[in-house]
Amino acid sequence: MEELTNKERMQIPRQKMPEQDPEKRKKNFKEVNLGFTEELAIKEAMRCLQCPKPVCISGCPVDIKIDEFIGLIAQGDFLGAAAKLKEDNALPAICGRVCPQEEQCEIKCVIGKKNDPVAIGRLERFAADYEREHTGIRKPEIKAKTGKKVAIVGSGPAGLSCAGDLAKMGHDVTVFEALHELGGVLVYGIPEFRLPKEIVRIEIESLKDIGVEFKTNSVIGFSDTIDELLENEYDAAFIGVGAGLPNFMRIPGENMIGVYSANEFLTRVNLMKAYKFPEYDTPVLNCKDKNVAVFGGGNTAMDAVRISKRLGAKNSYIIYRRSEVEMPARIEEVHHAKEEGIEFIMLTNPLEFIGDEEDWLKAVKLQKMELGEPDDSGRRRPIPIEGSEYVMDLDMTVIAIGNGSNPIIQKTTPDMEYNKWGNIVVDEETMKTSKKGVFAGGDIVTGGATVILAMGAGRVATKAIDEYIMNSSEW
Amino acid sequence: MQKIIFAEFIATDIKKFVIEAPKIAGKRKAGQFVIIRIKEGGERIPLTIADSDSDKGTITIIVQGIGKTTKELNSLKTGDTIMDVVGPLGKPSHIENFGTAVSIGGGVGTAIAFPTAVALKEAGNYTISIIGGRTKELVILEDEMREICDEVHVTTDDGSYGEKGFVTKKLQDLIDSGKKIDFVLAIGPIPMMKAVADVTRPHGIQTVVSLNPIMVDGTGMCGGCRATVGDKTVFVCVDGPEFDAHKVDFNELVNRNKSYEFFEKESLEEFECPSKKASN
Ligand SMILES: Cc1cc2nc3c(=O)[nH]c(=O)nc-3n(C[C@H](O)[C@H](O)[C@H](O)COP(=O)(O)OP(=O)(O)OC[C@H]3O[C@@H](n4cnc5c(N)ncnc54)[C@H](O)[C@@H]3O)c2cc1C
Ligand code: FES
Repeated sequence: MEELTNKERMQIPRQKMPEQDPEKRKKNFKEVNLGFTEELAIKEAMRCLQCPKPVCISGCPVDIKIDEFIGLIAQGDFLGAAAKLKEDNALPAICGRVCPQEEQCEIKCVIGKKNDPVAIGRLERFAADYEREHTGIRKPEIKAKTGKKVAIVGSGPAGLSCAGDLAKMGHDVTVFEALHELGGVLVYGIPEFRLPKEIVRIEIESLKDIGVEFKTNSVIGFSDTIDELLENEYDAAFIGVGAGLPNFMRIPGENMIGVYSANEFLTRVNLMKAYKFPEYDTPVLNCKDKNVAVFGGGNTAMDAVRISKRLGAKNSYIIYRRSEVEMPARIEEVHHAKEEGIEFIMLTNPLEFIGDEEDWLKAVKLQKMELGEPDDSGRRRPIPIEGSEYVMDLDMTVIAIGNGSNPIIQKTTPDMEYNKWGNIVVDEETMKTSKKGVFAGGDIVTGGATVILAMGAGRVATKAIDEYIMNSSEW
Repeated sequence: MQKIIFAEFIATDIKKFVIEAPKIAGKRKAGQFVIIRIKEGGERIPLTIADSDSDKGTITIIVQGIGKTTKELNSLKTGDTIMDVVGPLGKPSHIENFGTAVSIGGGVGTAIAFPTAVALKEAGNYTISIIGGRTKELVILEDEMREICDEVHVTTDDGSYGEKGFVTKKLQDLIDSGKKIDFVLAIGPIPMMKAVADVTRPHGIQTVVSLNPIMVDGTGMCGGCRATVGDKTVFVCVDGPEFDAHKVDFNELVNRNKSYEFFEKESLEEFECPSKKASN
């Protein structure tokens, strides 16, 4: 192929992601984005200027060699691109789908200054999907066995990335997971239409292929404590137990029937497959022809509201106390939600849920807000407008305002340092906790964050764990 | 996959299972529970551990077949397997030498009260148990209770066995007889636990109940198990399951437990008569 000039590259428009039609997809749970074809991928890859100093990489929490893998796609070497991705990212098919690229790598892309940035995430997804569909995920090189054993607690992205990297170094790795299924938020939180569970399953299989052992139904703290793991079998432990304990708003009526935490609603639908009831045994309250409101403005809120639409809701609302600009959800999620007919009610806050005599939710009392000065998070603080209260009919609601920290590890491992919110305190360079032999990363350290940050933490820990168990047992 | 070592009906619709679960058997304490999923696609349901044998590596659960999942579980036999068993979950019962302790079990609740009664006895309490059922058939674990308790009283609603009346009547009689009672544990249907709380409240007797809300994960992740105790919302699976009976909002618990009544009916019909849908 002829070399293109930079000018020619800049003239290629950003390629659109093929999608399921909104009218059709709002009635099914199949994936919304369909993925690039080979032609679209090559065309998009040609847009990359192959900068001598690729600034995009500085936006990636795991330093994927973005220029190199995109270069390989442009040459049609899709398997080479996948292998290149794997050098830095254990789960590219997942990250290509759920990472907020627009605020990480793509925001740094130099083309983005004038035009749309290169669609790095879509290309990542393409290369990973291509490998999976054509050759199956290929086994990476594994170093000779070291005889050292590491326990990983939690099978979310933090635990999985740590497990994969340690196994490649030749260590024996066992992952303990509390639930009956592996993947953490990837399986219980993020819905099928955004991240097909089959993809998560196959990526986890590829970790089993390189020798990672998985133990489900193991709640560490209860079945074994961290101390017992270290005393009995393991040379080090990594804790990646995620967030937990959903936050509620502490307003009257929150325990009525029809008021769900996002975690419960999502777990029922995604993990327990309540949308296939009665084929699957777990139910979820009926949304069909109902009014459903989701409180919150993050990815979790978008996922929940889009599920309610797919379950047949007549009206599905996002109700958020700030304005749309402050919403933490990815732009793509907001855009998809709107296409599917979700209504956005901004600058509004609930005061009270109203139910019937048997505690079934019937309505919510809302209050309008206006934006004041920026708060600690840098976003403008919402201030209630007196006298703006009104009542809205509601049959079901999901509260998606974040999570606290899971208390089980803290209660059973009191000799480790936690901050006032119950998050584990670590040294960010190594992910070492205050407890000898114990490392931690992901949402349990940062509070609710992202898949890639959790994976990045797992990766940072890998290096320090290897160093600790192989060279020095100092802390 | 967890193997069922032994399964036997001990009353109509009430079945006892001994399940292979060495890890849980070695760890569990009175008052804790497991979450069980029978098969792929099944629900996760909490069941209190009634007993365990750490040498043999087994736990005992006692199940009343009410909805689809419990009925399906009760159709399993010795030698069958259960897909997932996770635990021990929840906080262990708070045990100390209170003096005189009464444990009250209604129906299958007796199975749940049993391990705590054992622990209360071992802690040195004068241990009384009151066990009740609607009818003779539904009174369970009487022999086991007699073996460990200082006194056992049996009541049936219909008078077919033991004393006629509710367990609360017996409790009231004991209080009225002037017996000094220092601690009461009540486990059974919600109305029964509420009634026990009402009997002991005026006498200021410390009373504990074990709550049975709907659960999903059992690890504090979903909040589906929340209940109101005092003026606080608790997550029963991690903050409990045992709480101060005088502070529990039982009405809310009754209502919340009805959330899926409609679905449970549909699920049960489908289970008991699977051809119905296919032939429609
Ligand atoms: C609905 C939803 C949508 C999201 N969308 C996105 C998105 O689009 N993009 C993005 O980047 N991020 C998204 N996130 C955030 C992202 O999923 C999390 O930041 C990430 O999964 C955190 O990874 P983790 O490994 O720390 O924990 P988790 O994924 O939470 O995994 C922790 C695991 O540990 C297990 N565990 C807990 N306690 C124990 C114990 N005691 N013993 C054993 N196991 C235990 C849990 O069961 C769980 O499986 C979303 C989150 C949610 C809830
Ligand atoms: S069952 Fe989910 S938090 Fe208790």
